[in-house]
Amino acid sequence: MTLDEYSIFFLYAAMAVYAFAFIAFALDLARRSAQVSAGNTVAVDGSVTTAPTVRESVAAGSGASSAVLNASSATLVAERPAGGSVDGSAKSGKNGANVANGAVAADGSVTRRSLSLRLGVSFTVIGFLLELTADVLRGIAANRVPWANMYEFSMTGTVLIVAVFLVVITRVDLRFLGTFITGLVLILLGISTVNYYVVIAPLPPALQSAWLVIHVFVASLGTAFFALGFALSGIQLLQYRRETLTLGAEFLKLKFLASLPDSTRLENLAYRVNIVGFVFWTFTLIAGAVWAERAWGRYWGWDTKEVWTFIIWVIYAGYIHARATRGWRGSRSAWLAIIGFGAVLFNFGVVNVFFHGLHSYSGL
Amino acid sequence: MSRPSDHFDSPDPAAERRLKAGGTGPGDGSGGPDGPGGSDDIVQPKLGFVGWLRWTWRQLTSMRTALFLLLLLALAAVPGSLVPQRAADPNGVTQYFADNPSLAPFLDKLQAFDVYTSAWFSSIYLLLFISLIGCVVPRAKHHFDALRAKPPRTPARLSRLAGFERREAPDGIGAVAAIESARKLLRKSGYRVVVFTAPGKNGAGETASVSAERGYARETGNLVFHAALVGILLTVGVGGGYGFSGQRVLVAGGGVFVNTLSAFDSFNPGRFFSEDSLAPYSMKLDQFTATYETKADGAFGQPIDYNAMVTTQERGQAPQTADIKVNSPLRIGGTDVYLLGNGYAPTITVKDPNGKVVFTDSVPFLPQDANLTSVGVVKVPDGLSEQLGMIGFFYPTQATSTTGAFYSTYPDADYPVLTLNVYDGDLGLNGGVPTSVYSLNTDKMKQLTGGSTGVASIQLKPGDSQALPNGLGTISFDTVHRYASLDIHHDPTQGWVLLFAASALLGLLISLFIPRRRVWVKATERADGTLSLEYAGLARGEDPRLLPAVADIAERHSKLLTGATPPETNA
Ligand code: HEM
Repeated sequence: MTLDEYSIFFLYAAMAVYAFAFIAFALDLARRSAQVSAGNTVAVDGSVTTAPTVRESVAAGSGASSAVLNASSATLVAERPAGGSVDGSAKSGKNGANVANGAVAADGSVTRRSLSLRLGVSFTVIGFLLELTADVLRGIAANRVPWANMYEFSMTGTVLIVAVFLVVITRVDLRFLGTFITGLVLILLGISTVNYYVVIAPLPPALQSAWLVIHVFVASLGTAFFALGFALSGIQLLQYRRETLTLGAEFLKLKFLASLPDSTRLENLAYRVNIVGFVFWTFTLIAGAVWAERAWGRYWGWDTKEVWTFIIWVIYAGYIHARATRGWRGSRSAWLAIIGFGAVLFNFGVVNVFFHGLHSYSGL
Repeated sequence: MSRPSDHFDSPDPAAERRLKAGGTGPGDGSGGPDGPGGSDDIVQPKLGFVGWLRWTWRQLTSMRTALFLLLLLALAAVPGSLVPQRAADPNGVTQYFADNPSLAPFLDKLQAFDVYTSAWFSSIYLLLFISLIGCVVPRAKHHFDALRAKPPRTPARLSRLAGFERREAPDGIGAVAAIESARKLLRKSGYRVVVFTAPGKNGAGETASVSAERGYARETGNLVFHAALVGILLTVGVGGGYGFSGQRVLVAGGGVFVNTLSAFDSFNPGRFFSEDSLAPYSMKLDQFTATYETKADGAFGQPIDYNAMVTTQERGQAPQTADIKVNSPLRIGGTDVYLLGNGYAPTITVKDPNGKVVFTDSVPFLPQDANLTSVGVVKVPDGLSEQLGMIGFFYPTQATSTTGAFYSTYPDADYPVLTLNVYDGDLGLNGGVPTSVYSLNTDKMKQLTGGSTGVASIQLKPGDSQALPNGLGTISFDTVHRYASLDIHHDPTQGWVLLFAASALLGLLISLFIPRRRVWVKATERADGTLSLEYAGLARGEDPRLLPAVADIAERHSKLLTGATPPETNA
């Protein structure tokens, strides 16, 4: 087998493991929904506190009260307790250890952590390592960075999406996004292995530049952050609808929302992730212009790919503005983040393949 | 805060009115859409002209307008990616006109082929930048004042603020001493501080507090960012006019280019360009090498390297040699020379029936595909009984398909073949209409070979010669050279643009990631002589780390007071 064939083998293995991760994360969401329906309290980290005989004492009695977001009080709890629980992950982590496999509190409530969630994360880590191996092997086989055509962008881009996700969840508990992340990565990899695969080819002269390494890598990194921000904004919109429905109204079937942070908290998280993406994107734009100057003799020429990079940048600038504009915080700004990520996907999946321009490097 | 009135941090006029009217309290200012847009335009009975102007200006410089214009800009940029643009892809536009003869003129009226210089696109970004300047200038002034102002008074009740914490000071420390150590601590952590003291009430001891603020750089960064955007627009808009770009094809071993207007094949000057700015130098292409992939099955024939080896000479200096590659331009005489294309230039000689040479030249052919099947035009206006035009096809490595058509299987000249269709008649050169060297207008010409004439096309290998039809003379294909197509640019402003872009990025980093916050520490002496310490903070804008920061200050301050050495962390 050639190195590239090994790379493909590892890639398929990674996809299989990601599929297991997806299932585990989906089971966790289903479990959350079931527990919420049963009247139990589910924390952001997926741990379930079963209702004791005297319900009122749950919040007061359990030591991890800050980590438990009570569904009905979600909006009021807003910044402080939520901030405490997620930022101070070390603290809640310790609490979590105490109640690891089910601890019985004084009031008789039982807290149980989610096995499916832990499995999901473990599978994601394994899948990540497999995919990283595939990516590195492809790079070694080609004797250059593995991001010079669509197939390779897809691989490196999804490696980065998973990497960013895995790094972020060590700081903020966003494991509930696992279904989305593994699902997105699976779809992207599925499309790219079927449609975009090309054999290893030497770099055409236009791509022989250090800027290929920097510009494309940072763009992919930015995309990874935008993907996370997109997921958070999407859930924020759902959460907001749930919160604003009159009490007692049944909301869709997404009962697990009750176990997720409230919409304000989600909005703040989305913002923090998106601005990191925006900084990377700004750098991508500038680096792209510098490269264009070296390769094509002008730093900006409104080539289709340049146009779309610009459009994305402006949409996200709009998003940041919206967050600072009265009447535009909340759901409206979330929509802008969602449109922005839509443009990112469009830029990658449609502009690269179907639009004519100087950036014809998809390798197809 | 001199922010636009609809900035979410600005006082909400609607809420204030409600408050004055004795209504419910103000919203939290952070969530939920408020009433129908325009809650901040207080209805006034009569607006004079000045009042009307001021109102318009306020609208233009509001956050809502900025947001609207930004989104409009994004939207307006889209059509330019759907329809070819004259500036980037003139051939694409020509093709578009040919493919959509009824739609194209209509789109052209809408400036759809010049989107980024169109009246509508320009007005959007100009309005946006006017709004930007109108927004940034007052803020810059306000920020300049704020930089020299003292942090505000300590609020009466800290317990309502973020991260509030109350601690007991160790015995024997007075309020003033405790606050002095807090002041030093905050100062060291980069806060601007001011201390307030007040005698206690009802016989209690003194109260002292320190009010601290940090993160002014956040606003500085924001202003730098926005100002740098204006800088970019101005340099591109004004400075761009001083530059030029031109194209020139050089055949290997062929003619010399001298940097003067007439030596360019095509030339696009900026608005303020003057010919004197062309520095005299000469350049000739000694050799052009192209390397192609020969192994990998899927990538066979893909280019790996292009190299144009040139000899240049600047006035009063010795000739020098240099390599120009893709991604590695040559900087010479204030211009940048880029290698943008290459192809084949067959050397063709035409003789009259007496054997006298009437035409000989290396004619650049334009590549049509990845294997460099190329098309070119030869025009012989004088010396023969008729004007002669030829449309030639050049195949670097010729092969024949099952239908008998020729094609090229590899971009290098391994088995070069030239075929020519000959026309005679009027070349149309004397009509005063400029004609392209790459196209032949056959309206007034008669085809003599190829196509439906029944006469086989002329077909030559290097060194071959063949008789022209109708006894016009002979034609020979002597050899084939490579040519390089060079772009020669001069842009005096791109360094400035880069500088502004880098400042924008730096300003962005500062404004997004440096938190601006206020922190207060208050010490109150109780009647029994004990000292209560209160800590609290307030975010000014996004500040996810406010609570840990306040807790950290409290912790380090307590350690200071008890005499333990504080850990060296930065809040
Ligand atoms: C070319 C147009 C513009 C672009 C690309 C742009 C982009 C941005 C970006 C990326 C930010 C966030 C980073 C930072 O704070 O520095 C920002 C913030 C801000 N911009 Fe702009 N902007 C533009 C025009 C304007 C205009 C016209 C106004 C005034 C009406 C304005 C007012 C503000 C304000 C007040 C903030 C601070 C937001 C906050 O408090 O978080 N901007 N802008």
